[in-house]
Amino acid sequence: MLRFVSVWRRNFLVWRKLFVASVLGNLADPLIMLFGLGYGLGALLPSVEGMSYIAFFAAGSLCSATMYTASFESMFSAFSRMHGQKTWDAILYAPLVIDDVVAGEIVWAASKAWLTGSTILAVIALFGFAASPLALLALPVAFLVGLAFSSVGLVMTVLARGWDFFSFYMTLVLTPMIMISGVFFPAERLPGPVLAAAKLLPLWHGVELARPLVAGRLPAHALLHLGVLVIYALAGCAAAMVFARRRFSE
Amino acid sequence: MNDAALEATGLRKSYGGAEVLRGVDLSVPRGECFGLLGPNGAGKTTTLRLCLGLIAPQGGEARLLGHPVPREARVARERVGVVPQFDNLDPDFTVAENLVVYGRYFGLGEAAIETRIPRLLEFAGLAGRAGAKITALSGGMKRRLTLARALVNDPELLFMDEPTTGLDPQARHLIWERLRQLTQEGRTIVLTTHAMEEAERLCARVLILDGGRVIALGSPRELIAAHIEPQVLEVHGAGLEAWLATARTLAPRVEHAGETAFCYAADAAPLLADLAGRSDLVYLHRPANLEDVFLKLTGRDLRD
Repeated sequence: MLRFVSVWRRNFLVWRKLFVASVLGNLADPLIMLFGLGYGLGALLPSVEGMSYIAFFAAGSLCSATMYTASFESMFSAFSRMHGQKTWDAILYAPLVIDDVVAGEIVWAASKAWLTGSTILAVIALFGFAASPLALLALPVAFLVGLAFSSVGLVMTVLARGWDFFSFYMTLVLTPMIMISGVFFPAERLPGPVLAAAKLLPLWHGVELARPLVAGRLPAHALLHLGVLVIYALAGCAAAMVFARRRFSE
Repeated sequence: MNDAALEATGLRKSYGGAEVLRGVDLSVPRGECFGLLGPNGAGKTTTLRLCLGLIAPQGGEARLLGHPVPREARVARERVGVVPQFDNLDPDFTVAENLVVYGRYFGLGEAAIETRIPRLLEFAGLAGRAGAKITALSGGMKRRLTLARALVNDPELLFMDEPTTGLDPQARHLIWERLRQLTQEGRTIVLTTHAMEEAERLCARVLILDGGRVIALGSPRELIAAHIEPQVLEVHGAGLEAWLATARTLAPRVEHAGETAFCYAADAAPLLADLAGRSDLVYLHRPANLEDVFLKLTGRDLRD
């Protein structure tokens, strides 16, 4: 049952060896965005939803950075292990089956994403944008956002025949999603159908949970938002296992 | 309770309508070094994958160390090692880390693996290289590390897919030496190879596969005796075309392939007498080997 842990530990050991480059890559980008946009654009804006723009953007940035880390790890890194290095093939000679590998990869990508999210939360707190200890509840939210995007990312990976495949997902799914999910500006400003589409996607639900928590309030409809993230994680994981079994039975 | 390390009956497998295996039977007793031979596309790798329980057959069944696979493949593979055709070592890790991480997949504890590492490295001729990076290893060293990795769980049965392809003679001989050692320890080895010389040296029995069917099975010596005249003369040179008619009267079987004639005979003396002193023909006289059997049974045409 816990066979997947050895796959997780393999990836963790690689991460530990490449720690500096990896952390820099995952954190520098979102933090530069946060302070650049937050202070730069924030200077032009009075306040958004009753808070400073940078405080508003901080919670969104926490979710989007978590999403990106989960997606990159579960797609580009996992694909290189599966396709280029044939690491998965080597693992499958041992008493592990493809479901173990898929589970290990998803939980690993979610863990790495969680680290990005929680470090951003720490920076937010350090700069005084976290209103109360309630912000700590954004930690499990970040893990759940990570799980949802890792699962979906891994579906892409086990379906991919080459690297190009991921550009479609990045450009056509993730980039629009980040624009309509309330990361940079309140999603309520969007036209009705666009907002309705955002509500079907996991990122919007993550932001709806994280933003009030960082601002020191309990989120409304928390169970609904959690439920959507859990469904994405479980459905994605199940789909990834089905497609991976098909790919590896060839 | 049967004592076969590996047993398969009537294995069938097709991909997209193309039949790769059309009913393959094999049985490997414990402690035997068994060779799986065949031209490219004959179904060797598919047979290995089925026996490991990595894929399911459309027909027939396989038992690996007594466990039906793929149903109980996980349990069976706890006692199995695999050396794949292409190295898939972890390039981010050192030599020792590769072994530690791989041992964990078998549920082995850190301490248990650490105590095995020196012996495994010694066995693979990699003593003192525990901290070396994979990128710093030669092709032969990588192959040996892959062998060490396959032994991390102390397996009863070892699958090796073309273990010496691309290695220099020194590295090849070391691998052969180690495989003999492993069979002497009572382990079973299932080997695929294109090097007939290797199969002849190492394998107690070989199975020749072609077009997804078993076309021959037996010890190398039996197969040579059953299919081929014991003496072979390979003849080439400018006068070959003219000499062929004579050759056919002196040898029971002559195969003409390109610029060379292969003459197979129980007694090579008449051929040798006829060729003595001829300057327009060059010849090589040798005993028949497994490669002759292989080529006779599977043909000389190229396979891709």
